[in-house]
Amino acid sequence: MNDMTDFDVYIDAGTSLLGIPVRPEWRAAIRQHLGVSFDLARLVLDFPLPDEADQAPVFRA
Amino acid sequence: MSNDSAACIAADVAAGRRRATDVVTQTLERIAARNPALNAFTAVTAQRALATAAAIDAAVAAGRPVGALAGVPFAVKNLIDVAGLPTLAGSRINRDRPPAAADATLVTRLEAAGAVLLGALNMGEYAYDFTGENAHDGPSRNPHDTTRMSGGSSGGSGAAVGGALVPIALGSDTNGSIRVPASFCGVFGLKPTYGRLSRAGSFPFVSSLDHLGPLARCTADLALAYDAMQGADPRDPVCTDRAADPATPTLHDGIAGLRVAVAGGYFRAGASAQALSALDSVAAALDATREIALPEAARARAAAYVITASEGAALHLPRLRTRPEEFDPDVRDRLIAGALIPAAFVAQAQKFRRWYRDAVLRLFEMVDVILAPATPCVAPLIGQKTFVLDGREVPLRANIGIYTQPVSFIGLPVVAVPVALPGGLPIAVQVIAAPWREAVALRVAQALEACGIACAPDPAAGQVRQSFGRHHSTSP
Repeated sequence: MNDMTDFDVYIDAGTSLLGIPVRPEWRAAIRQHLGVSFDLARLVLDFPLPDEADQAPVFRA
Repeated sequence: MSNDSAACIAADVAAGRRRATDVVTQTLERIAARNPALNAFTAVTAQRALATAAAIDAAVAAGRPVGALAGVPFAVKNLIDVAGLPTLAGSRINRDRPPAAADATLVTRLEAAGAVLLGALNMGEYAYDFTGENAHDGPSRNPHDTTRMSGGSSGGSGAAVGGALVPIALGSDTNGSIRVPASFCGVFGLKPTYGRLSRAGSFPFVSSLDHLGPLARCTADLALAYDAMQGADPRDPVCTDRAADPATPTLHDGIAGLRVAVAGGYFRAGASAQALSALDSVAAALDATREIALPEAARARAAAYVITASEGAALHLPRLRTRPEEFDPDVRDRLIAGALIPAAFVAQAQKFRRWYRDAVLRLFEMVDVILAPATPCVAPLIGQKTFVLDGREVPLRANIGIYTQPVSFIGLPVVAVPVALPGGLPIAVQVIAAPWREAVALRVAQALEACGIACAPDPAAGQVRQSFGRHHSTSP
């Protein structure tokens, strides 16, 4: 879903649902940053990991 | 050892050869003379510093013991709590916060060792930055060329130490924010193991990646500061309860028996001629001929990027909702994008983090230290938005940390070691060790310093020479 129209729809819906006001002139930069994150996330998602793999953050009760 | 090094100051003050009050007075004069060019400090705590120094002088006069950092000036990135100051974290929004009621743990520990706090330092807004630029306070500037970036996000820390305003500064490092300014400003920086030093009393960015650590002009000072700050702290749930492991006692043990390798593949692709020259000089000095590949380093960097964007955005979501106009626009737009990253991406990135950690730890069964560039290039010009990486023009803010991110992603300890290239700007090399082996990385850094490969260049050789000259001619 990485074409510009999809990102614009997603930004509109997402920021509205999250309650973040966005000025029109901010959109291009937000779209660019979101695109970078999706591209990098694809690199991570493409790496096969077992279902049993644990996440890494430290938590101590 | 420089007369202005922390080790020399502390020895002199403890022996009664210099008064802490004189050291602090001279430091305040240096800050007054040089800070206008560097814009490193956002607050100078002169009154507090003079009071602390007077107490140290009184202790020396009374024959009471003083600490290993007696009379040593230091300053802290302004995301670290200083009692009586609002903790800005480089932002405009945080100026509305009440002043911190108490000092951060690391400030308390340095002062317990006799160090003297001189103030708070400029930084990139909310630490989401590799440039040292700041939309509210103006950029901190590179002490070797004030038209160039100090590096971020601990830019004021790099500028203050690189410009010799103070011998020690504290910074934070989530993806490279100690190591990048250390590289651009030509100073030593230690990013310890994740969890080694308490973060209590600091404004967070990405809790699962945040570290605090020192910057200094020599390895002895770096080790002294690091040793003074170690120890468990129940106020930081991530801080280890392992026993402190002082680095100073073994700092001069040399590198005999250590297995040193150079990171290849990802860590050489895209590096500038200067970065590779510095890396090759360091490798040659250590007789490191073995090349080793950190598996899936590009994916590690990608995962760190996604986690940072998402977790950072979650931290700032209330402010993005209510005060978006008050952010630095460059930071705000990244954070808004981060708020929209699907949770599934982040969960997978955290799973990958575990896999990558296990894979890299297996390398440390074969080697003790891995060398890698700290930054792909020397300090860019202030205001520069893009640079050429691997033959492609890419956004600067997002890509300066490509070599630091895969290392901090799994919390490995690193000393950024500055190399002064002939006729050029400095650039650092990362000396990376296995978790909890900061002392090994510091030993290697010291060996490089001892053979002259690593050094913090004299800032007077740069464009601030004129202001230094004026200062030297007028100071008592």
